[in-house]
Amino acid sequence: MATTLTINGEQRSFDAPADMPLLWVLRDILGMTGTKFGCGIAQCGACTVHIDGKPVRSCVLPVGAVRDRAVTTIEGVGSTPTGAKIQKAWLDLEVIQCGYCQSGQIMSATALLAATPHPDDSDIDAAMAGNICRCGTYVRIRAAIKQAASGRQA
Amino acid sequence: MIIMEKKSDTVSRRTLLAGGLAGGFLLAFHLPAHAANEPVQPPDVTEGKFAPNAFIRIDEAGQTTLVMPQVEMGQGVYTAVAMILAEELDANFAQVMLEHAPPNDKLYGNPVFGLQVTGNSNSIRAWWEHLRNAGAVARAMLVQAAAQQWQVDPPSCTTANGEVIHKESGRKLAYGALAASASGQTPPKDVALKDPKDFVLIGQPLKRLDTPDKANGKAVYGIDAILPDMKFATVAACPVFGGKVGKVDDSAARKIPGVRKIVVLDDMVAVVGDHMWAAKKGLGALVIDWDEGPNARLSSKDIWQDLRAASEKDGVVAKSEGDIAKGLATGERLDASYELPFLAHAPMEPINATVRLKSDSCEIWTGTQVLTRVQSEAAKAAGLPVEKVTVNNHLLGGGFGRKLEPDMAVAAVRIAKQVDGPVKVVWTREEDIQHDVYRPVYRDTIAATLSDGKIVGWKYKVAGSAILARWLPPAFQKGIDIDAVDSAVDMPYDIPNFHVEYVRAEPPAVPTGFWRGVGPNNNVFAIESFMDELARKAGKDPVEFRRGMLGKNPRLLAALNLVAEKSGWGQPLAARVGRGVSIQPSFGSFIATVVEAEVDEQGEVHLHHVTSAVDTGIAVNPDTIMAQLEGGLIFGLTAALYGEITIDKGRVQQSNFHDYRMLRIDQTPKIEVHVIKSGEAPGGIGETGVTAGPPALRNAIYAATGVALRRLPIDRSLIAGKKA
Repeated sequence: MATTLTINGEQRSFDAPADMPLLWVLRDILGMTGTKFGCGIAQCGACTVHIDGKPVRSCVLPVGAVRDRAVTTIEGVGSTPTGAKIQKAWLDLEVIQCGYCQSGQIMSATALLAATPHPDDSDIDAAMAGNICRCGTYVRIRAAIKQAASGRQA
Repeated sequence: MIIMEKKSDTVSRRTLLAGGLAGGFLLAFHLPAHAANEPVQPPDVTEGKFAPNAFIRIDEAGQTTLVMPQVEMGQGVYTAVAMILAEELDANFAQVMLEHAPPNDKLYGNPVFGLQVTGNSNSIRAWWEHLRNAGAVARAMLVQAAAQQWQVDPPSCTTANGEVIHKESGRKLAYGALAASASGQTPPKDVALKDPKDFVLIGQPLKRLDTPDKANGKAVYGIDAILPDMKFATVAACPVFGGKVGKVDDSAARKIPGVRKIVVLDDMVAVVGDHMWAAKKGLGALVIDWDEGPNARLSSKDIWQDLRAASEKDGVVAKSEGDIAKGLATGERLDASYELPFLAHAPMEPINATVRLKSDSCEIWTGTQVLTRVQSEAAKAAGLPVEKVTVNNHLLGGGFGRKLEPDMAVAAVRIAKQVDGPVKVVWTREEDIQHDVYRPVYRDTIAATLSDGKIVGWKYKVAGSAILARWLPPAFQKGIDIDAVDSAVDMPYDIPNFHVEYVRAEPPAVPTGFWRGVGPNNNVFAIESFMDELARKAGKDPVEFRRGMLGKNPRLLAALNLVAEKSGWGQPLAARVGRGVSIQPSFGSFIATVVEAEVDEQGEVHLHHVTSAVDTGIAVNPDTIMAQLEGGLIFGLTAALYGEITIDKGRVQQSNFHDYRMLRIDQTPKIEVHVIKSGEAPGGIGETGVTAGPPALRNAIYAATGVALRRLPIDRSLIAGKKA
């Protein structure tokens, strides 16, 4: 089935079954491998992308359900001011270890900050608890979100 | 940084811009010497390029490429290795490019293992001298070349930021301009290394070189390999350990759009499709009759029964000092046993491998901790000579020991034999968890006696799997697995009568392997838990009790004193809140940790605060040390709170993150790490926090509830409603 999506501001057309999760369209059809496969059941958040700015687990989102809404992935999030701010804070505080979950962490954190510019700890818990980091970078994730929110420089 | 992808035709060929086994154990064990420190020329040296050894290349334009002998799985080793090489080379660190090493034990074999292995927190420990030497030799040859050109004495030249400088005459030459002439220089046999006080990179919290591309989706992991005309496959192995495929009805699967092929092997079935979704759907549509084999009735209950029986037997003596019979007959005696469960690794990047098999060659794309082992095992599976197998390594999305096994590459080669063209095989999370190589179950029995508030006799027996006997047979000698007794034979305490035994007890059918923290995971937990029980019996504060027996361990004592001060040890706490301490000299690092935790009425555990003080010798990159400890502590605490793989009807009962739980950000405590300044040789750090967390948490629960837990994970039912 021919489908056209707007991904990171660009129109992308491809053939995919409507029930195919967006994750596999991105990775296996479009070659956009920044979005990661972690669990396949929306338990880990590694596959998080934005649909109209809201964080969504792309491993369980059928591509047919996206329709005309805008998809943003880790490859494109840096062109939004909030995404760029989060990415910078992530590097300033050296959050990342293996990095495999961090695309999803950055997507969730960017959506949080876009909706809640000054999140408190419970906002951070609520927005980020769906993202597992096996390397255990949570302490720095929290600090980086706060730094990005405050606009402080490292 | 720039991580150069090795030549291949993956879409990742583009140049990407911007971008440890026992503390005591394997360091004391040396496999036959190998050539990693010799100035061997790597195979791809071209004219005009200076390549004094396998780690450093400088071209005429001055581009400095550093080849990474250890793999990057999050622990920061690429940055640390680059810092060490660049320090002695006096390279311009801001401009170095890094390259994944190809498989080659002779050039890149870990000096401790004699194999190209990344594990046991020993990358820096094993390579420290070798890499410094490699950098210093290269620098000396560049200096010789410049001195020759200027007709001055080499000692009158200095180096900094990728240039040789002759101060007297005000002349300078960039390394690139010297590359050709330096190639002709004879490498010096003995070269002076820098005095640590002159280090300009080592000891600085420099930014990691691998992280910029990990923040923007450009980093390429094994699972991201894409080849032209590649197919995608996913697998189902017999859910029962050791079982085989019986009958497969693939009629429904074949009708799914995108499904291209069903590959039936003796022990697993793979569905090959145009993308992972087709493969996954196809796999779900197969009707497979498994021949479950002899393990179809195996359960955790049986495994524990066997292990408990085995642990009652006498073991092989791993260490004995003083007179244990006399020691155990003196003073007050306490006995206990501790048990640890099977654990899966669950790296966030599920296991995977991409293979392009031709009649005369095999090329593999993956992320592995054992490059040469993947190469040799893949060669066997492909029926090709080793030299016909190319392995392109990648950044690893977590390793934790899972990628010390080559099984994913072997399975992918077996599948590729039945597929035309390249195929990427990705395990689902369910298959990843249910077909892991598990951290073994262990049972430790301890008897100790106390006299005047000190331990006079200590008899410790480990019963569990001998992973080394399978994984590195030459290291398994006289019936002792030196990993299984690591941190038990080299306890930090002064104990006059001391005896350690090992009972090899292999669980039936369940494969076991190294898991981040390796042997010390088990031993540090049992030892440090029992220390708290002994302290209570002696009527002493746990910190005080330990202090009294650390006469021979000033570095560990200093860490304990610092953590006691920083954690507010001894200050009053609310009801059902406790502090627990643990100390360990494991992996060549000396760490003391205090966990503060609360146990609620229902027995749920809330982590408040974790404080660690560590002396890890020279901290190559202090920020990485802190990050590894923060993350390692969480890794260990996760296991203590949730980690357990159980077996029923011969199969693993857990399957994904809903029932094999991970600690999440909302449960994460405040973590404070204090790095003690030290001039000693570097210690290991990737696993240090992992082993430190669980006993400190267990002891905090002991303090909060009075319940002496002797098994992990923490059983909430034993501590619900309990108050110290």
